[in-house]
Amino acid sequence: MGEEIERLTSRLKTLRHEKRRHDAWLTVQIAREKDRPRTRDYIALLIEGFEELKGDRLRADDPAIVGGLGWFGGQAVVVIGHQKGRTFDEQQVHNFGMARPEGYRKAQRLFRLAERHKLPIFTFVDTPGAYPGIAAEEGGQARAIAETMRNMARLSVPVIATVIGEGGSGGALALALADRVLMQENATYSVISPEGCAAILWRDAEFAPEAAEALRPTASQLLALNVIERVVKEPRGGAQNNPVHAANELRQALRETLAELVAIDPAARRAQRRERFRKLGAFSEGSVAGAVINALPSLSPRPQRDF
Amino acid sequence: MSVTVEIGRRDDRPPVPPGGAGWSCPKCHQPADPAAVRANLQVCPACGYHLRIGARERIAQLVDQGGFRERWAALKTLDPLEFTDLETYPERLREAQAKTGLTEAIVAGTATIASVQCVLAVMDFGFMGGSMGSVVGEKLWRAAEMAATEGLPLVAVCTSGGARMQEGILSLMQMAKTTCAVDVINEAGVPFVAVLADPCTGGVVASFATLADICVAEPGALLYFSGPRVIAETTKEELPADFGTAERNLALGHLDAVVARTELRDKLANYLRLLEGGGTPERIRARRARSRSPRGLVDAAARRAKALAAHARRPFGRGDREADVTPQDFEA
Repeated sequence: MGEEIERLTSRLKTLRHEKRRHDAWLTVQIAREKDRPRTRDYIALLIEGFEELKGDRLRADDPAIVGGLGWFGGQAVVVIGHQKGRTFDEQQVHNFGMARPEGYRKAQRLFRLAERHKLPIFTFVDTPGAYPGIAAEEGGQARAIAETMRNMARLSVPVIATVIGEGGSGGALALALADRVLMQENATYSVISPEGCAAILWRDAEFAPEAAEALRPTASQLLALNVIERVVKEPRGGAQNNPVHAANELRQALRETLAELVAIDPAARRAQRRERFRKLGAFSEGSVAGAVINALPSLSPRPQRDF
Repeated sequence: MSVTVEIGRRDDRPPVPPGGAGWSCPKCHQPADPAAVRANLQVCPACGYHLRIGARERIAQLVDQGGFRERWAALKTLDPLEFTDLETYPERLREAQAKTGLTEAIVAGTATIASVQCVLAVMDFGFMGGSMGSVVGEKLWRAAEMAATEGLPLVAVCTSGGARMQEGILSLMQMAKTTCAVDVINEAGVPFVAVLADPCTGGVVASFATLADICVAEPGALLYFSGPRVIAETTKEELPADFGTAERNLALGHLDAVVARTELRDKLANYLRLLEGGGTPERIRARRARSRSPRGLVDAAARRAKALAAHARRPFGRGDREADVTPQDFEA
């Protein structure tokens, strides 16, 4: 009897594990789905009279990040997003959504434009990461990402980021230091790709499904960690199955979130944005009776331990 | 992208242990007296090769005698994702703690560097590759906040493989958090100087470190966002032999200076004095007025005046290691 219980308990554990593994890794696949709507698709579906604005005003235009002006329900807005391609040729042009320093500098100058003219900003995050090339590195990739984040931290206008596909590492975060971060149901957002994580920690990229599970990159997991504010529903099976439906859900979420943000005083909004990111992290403070645990959701009933 | 991929491949450069015999430089292979290498701040006397050093040794090299008071040491790391790869995160943490004697990859507190008061945060590459998790982010936030409220400059010595994967997305969020911390000190108008030591990569160079008012590196330090292996695998590009070195970064315009370790202490003190505009009373008052919170400002002004008086007696000399200001003087 005891043995049987033990066997069944262990079987249940395995099945749960497999289901979890399946969930995170499946979501990674959907987030990377070739036919998934991209930034330009959502611009076409959500923004009227879009005028694309190119160039970093320094040396180049990076097609991995697109941006411009348009109308969102009668409100002029600035839109900036990573652009992946769909066809092979498009992917080449847009460099698979992997931005170079000029892409981040383009984002910075569009942030300044929005600030000057008091226009709310929508960003769309969809990138495997910043482009890892020699020219990008030596053109100041690290600083370009850091400066883009600092620009966002300083904005007085409302800024909403939506992760619509892959949110890969610092290259994604550079466009996501926002007042509110939304995420589509099948998007992922992670410090490193599952393959990269597996290659380093498991020393074998084949363990990507395990790494995907360990990283907890899905929208519902990130909502539990307070990293995002809202999960935006997608059509069954993923946004690629019905882009119009997906766009309608996103429109609704953006409209409600923007209405919430414009009601806040600009200085307070900036302070709250800073506070939002300040609170992200998990630690305890040993000297205080009863651990101070910041932004720590209950992922499991196990008590948190100190180390 | 980024993070720790490359670092294991380099020479592991253990600092010269006390009483270690038969030491020879990993670069020029010249034998040297270990005591002489230590006295030379863990720099090879023959070729100037900079060995990696831990946070405690770095602090000892930079601050005046008795001039460091650690803060926020009680902050403890949690395992929010219950992360397990080949080992559990708690196991990896315990190993790192046993190896380094530190609780986390950063040590922070108030300091005097050649008589200049500041808030000092020093990372340790030996602790899980100096990776930035929640505790590193929180200590940097508190250091920045203290600098802003007390009107003290912030000095950060950075060495890191990037974000700490075991904290998943929360480690990525530390990039945003520390960037916001820089915004806090920028708003307060207090100086921020960063020193990049070998290696400094990934999420740390792509956040607070490169946003400093003055950003310098040690000779030979490797600095990059994406590592050579990631670049080679993704782009098949052939890397220049000196890819990512401090010297190459200096030539490319990404650094203010490359500063030898033996010069670092005096350089830092000079940078801070210059950024504080010579520390005239008017400037100090202006800075106080700009700082966000009134807490402790009066005390801080008094402490500053005392430090300045001490400094005036010995304005340009390197001085000895005697504390001009005792730790109690700037305990908030």
